[in-house]
Amino acid sequence: MKFIVPVLAAAAIALASGTALAQPRTDLVLGVVLEPPHLDPTAGAAAAIDEIVYANVFEGLTRIGPSGEVLPALSESWEISDDGLTYTFKLHEGVTFHDGAPFTSADVVFSLDRARAEDSTNAQKGLFAAIESVEATDPATVTVTLSRPQGGFLYNMGWGDAVIVSEASAGTNTENPVGTGPFRFESWARGSSIVLVKNPDYWGDEVALERAEFRIIPDAAAAVPAMLSGDIQAFPMFPPDAYEQVQGDPRFEVVIGSTEGETLLSMNNGREPFDNVEVRRAISYAVNRDEVIAGASNGLGTPIGSHFSPANAAYVDLTGTYPYDPERAKELLAEAGLADGFSATIKLPPPPYARQGGEIIAAQLRQVGINLEIQPVEWADWLSTVFTDKDYDLTIISHTEPNDIDIYSRPDYYFDYQNPAFNEVIAELDVTADEAQRNELYGQAQEILAEDAPVVFLFQLPKVGVWDAKLEGLWENMPVQANDLTKVHWTE
Amino acid sequence: MTLFLLKRIAIGLVTLLVASMIVFSVMEILPGDPARLMLGMNATPEALDALREQMGLNAPVVERYISWAGGMLTGDFGRSFTYRAPVIDLIAERAVVSVPLALIALTLSTAIAIPVGIFAAARRGKLGDTVSMGTAQIGVAIPNFWFALLLIYVFAVWLRLVPAGGFPGWSGGVWPGLKALILPSIALALPQAAILARVTRSAMLEVLGEDYIRTARAKGMPRRKVLWRHALRNAMIPVLTILGLQFAFLLAGTIIIENVFYIPGLGRLVFQAITQRDLIVVEGVIMLLVASVILVNILVDVAYALVDPRLRARS
Repeated sequence: MKFIVPVLAAAAIALASGTALAQPRTDLVLGVVLEPPHLDPTAGAAAAIDEIVYANVFEGLTRIGPSGEVLPALSESWEISDDGLTYTFKLHEGVTFHDGAPFTSADVVFSLDRARAEDSTNAQKGLFAAIESVEATDPATVTVTLSRPQGGFLYNMGWGDAVIVSEASAGTNTENPVGTGPFRFESWARGSSIVLVKNPDYWGDEVALERAEFRIIPDAAAAVPAMLSGDIQAFPMFPPDAYEQVQGDPRFEVVIGSTEGETLLSMNNGREPFDNVEVRRAISYAVNRDEVIAGASNGLGTPIGSHFSPANAAYVDLTGTYPYDPERAKELLAEAGLADGFSATIKLPPPPYARQGGEIIAAQLRQVGINLEIQPVEWADWLSTVFTDKDYDLTIISHTEPNDIDIYSRPDYYFDYQNPAFNEVIAELDVTADEAQRNELYGQAQEILAEDAPVVFLFQLPKVGVWDAKLEGLWENMPVQANDLTKVHWTE
Repeated sequence: MTLFLLKRIAIGLVTLLVASMIVFSVMEILPGDPARLMLGMNATPEALDALREQMGLNAPVVERYISWAGGMLTGDFGRSFTYRAPVIDLIAERAVVSVPLALIALTLSTAIAIPVGIFAAARRGKLGDTVSMGTAQIGVAIPNFWFALLLIYVFAVWLRLVPAGGFPGWSGGVWPGLKALILPSIALALPQAAILARVTRSAMLEVLGEDYIRTARAKGMPRRKVLWRHALRNAMIPVLTILGLQFAFLLAGTIIIENVFYIPGLGRLVFQAITQRDLIVVEGVIMLLVASVILVNILVDVAYALVDPRLRARS
C-alpha cells in the first residue's frame, strides 16, 4: 500500500495547481476615447489625465468617492475650527511615493503652495483661492488657514488638481508621474496605450489588479469590435452612439450612469434680444427637451431644469418650469416686440451631442419664427471665440465640472448673465459649511436660475459604461472624471 | 544628370522655405489659444499668462518664426506644448509605425495593380478586362473605413486571427508588430491598387496603340515580349507619378484608417496637434512631410530618367 502515498501526493498537487489556475485574472485592458496630453493632473484641465491617474497613481488629502462624497485619503482625519478658518489635517504615516521618498507634511505644504503660487499653471487655481497659509505642524500634521470660511474646502481638496506631489518629481510628473497611489506608472506608448502596475508598497487596502492598461481608441466604430474581439475588457466611457450594438450581448455589462455634465443651450445674455428675460423664456418654451434628449444623447440623458446634477442630494426638480409650449413661446415673443421672430446664429463645438442637438433645436425654434444659422466650430475656436471673446448668440455645451453652479455668478463669464440676488446666494454658500444650510442655498440658487432662464437647461450628459460581465468594481456614475481602479476585480 | 539633380534639390529647398512660412502663418491666423486649451474653462487669467510665458507664446511673431525656423535648421524641432516632450521624439515614435505601414501598403498595391493593369490592357474588351476593371471600379468606390471595418469583423471578431486594432510596438519582436499592420495595410492598399490598376491599364493602352509597337509586332517579336519590354517600360511614367503621390498620401493622409485601427501613426499625431493647437508639433510634422514629398518627387524624377533615356539626355 506504500504506493498510495505518492499517488495521493500527486493528486494533492494536481488539485492545488487546479485551484491556482482557477484564480481570478489580475490584468485588465480598458478603452479610453481621448489620450491625455500628459500625466500631471496639477498642470492641465484635460479630463483624460484624471481618467488615468486619479485615485490610481495620485492621491490628495481627501478624495471623491463613487457617489460624489468626500472621503479621507492621505489625510486620515481632520479637525475644523469653530470659525471655519483653520483645518488641521492628520496625515497617514508610513506612506511613500513611488520613487521611494517618504510622504510627509512637507510634501503637502509644497503641493498646495505650488498650486496657488503666482506662476502656477494649475487649471483650477480657484480651488486654492481661499487658502491663506499652509503649515507643517509636525511631520504628520498640516494646518491650513483660510482667509474666509469656505464650505466646499474639503471637496475642493479632493479634486485631481489638488493631489499631493513630491518636490523631487513635480517637474517630471508630465512624463513619469510619481504619486502615492495603489498603482505605479509603468509605460506610455504615445498614441497607443498607458500601463499602470500594482504598487506593492501601498499604504492602504491592497488592490486586486496587478496590471491595468488604458488603450486609446478614438473612433466609436472601432470601440465595438475592440470589445467584441476581447482585446479590451472594459470601456468606462463608451461612445453613446454605439452602445446598442453591445447591449444585448450577455458577455457584457452595459451600465447607464450619469456625469456632472449639465448640457446647456447657452445664450449670450449680454446681446439683444437675449438680454430680455421674456425672449429667453420664450426660447425655453420652444425647445422640446425630450426630442433633444432622444436625438442628441440616444435617449439616455436625464432632463434637467436648472444647473444641477440630479444625483446630488441638493437637487431640486425644476424640469417643469418651461414645459414644451410653442404657442406660449410665440405669445412671449410677441410681447417682447418680436412677433415676426428673428434670426441668430448657433455655434456648435465638435461633440456629437452639440452637433446633433443643435440641428434639432434649430428645427424647433423655426416653429416659433426664430431662424438659426448653424455654424460648426472646432473646439479651439469655440474656446477662444465663444468662451473667451463672448462672440456668439447661442451655443450648446456640457459643463462637466462638478458642483459648478457658481459659474453664473462669475463676472465676465461667457453667459454674460448678471443677477445680484443670485450672486448673494453664491456668496453666502461660499462661507457656509453646514450641510443642511448649504443644500437649502443650493436649492435657492437652482430656483433663481430656472426662473431667469439665462440658458436653456437640456439634460445631464449620460455615461455609458461597458465592461466584461465578470468584472466588478468600476464606477457606475462619474461624479468626478476618473476611472478609479482601486476596487476593480475579476470574479473568475 | 548631376546638374539635373542639383537643380531639383535647389528647387526643393526653396519650396521648403516657402512652405515653412505658409505653415507658420496659417497656424498663427487660426483662432484658438493653446494655453486655454491646456487649462480649460476654469483657468484663471494669471495661470493662462504663466503658461503662455512658459510656452514662449508671449514673444513677437517674427521672433518666434526665426527661432523656430532657425532651430529646425540645426535639427531642433522644439518641444510640444501639450505633450511637453521634444517634437522630434514624437515624430520618431510615429514614423516607426507610419513608414513601415506606408511601404507595406504601397508594395501590396503595386504588386496587385500592375499585373492586373497589364492583364486588362492585353485583353482589352474581353471578359478578363471587364471583370478586372469592374472589380477595380468597386475598389475605387468603396470607402476605405467601411472596408476596414469589414476586415476587422471578419478577421478579428469572427476568425480571431489578428487583433482588432492597436499597435504593440516593435520592442516585443517584429511579428507582433507586423501582425497589427496586416489589416490596416490591406485596407489602405486595395483602394490604392484599384486606382493604380486603372492608370496602368490606360497608360498601357495608349502605348499599345503607338507605331513602334506595331513595328515590333510586325518584325515578329512575340506578343508577351512586346508587352513587357516595349509597352510596360513606356507606360511607367504616369504609373510612377501616381505612385509618388500615393506614397505621400499613405504617410500621413491615413488618419481615418489610423483611427479605425487605433494605431499611433503620423496622421493621428498631426490631427490631434491641430485640434490641440499644438503649433510646434503641427509645424514640425508638416515640414517633415513637405520634405518627404519633395524627396519622393525627386526620386520619381530620377526614376523617370531611368525608364526614359530621352529625359536623361535632355537634362
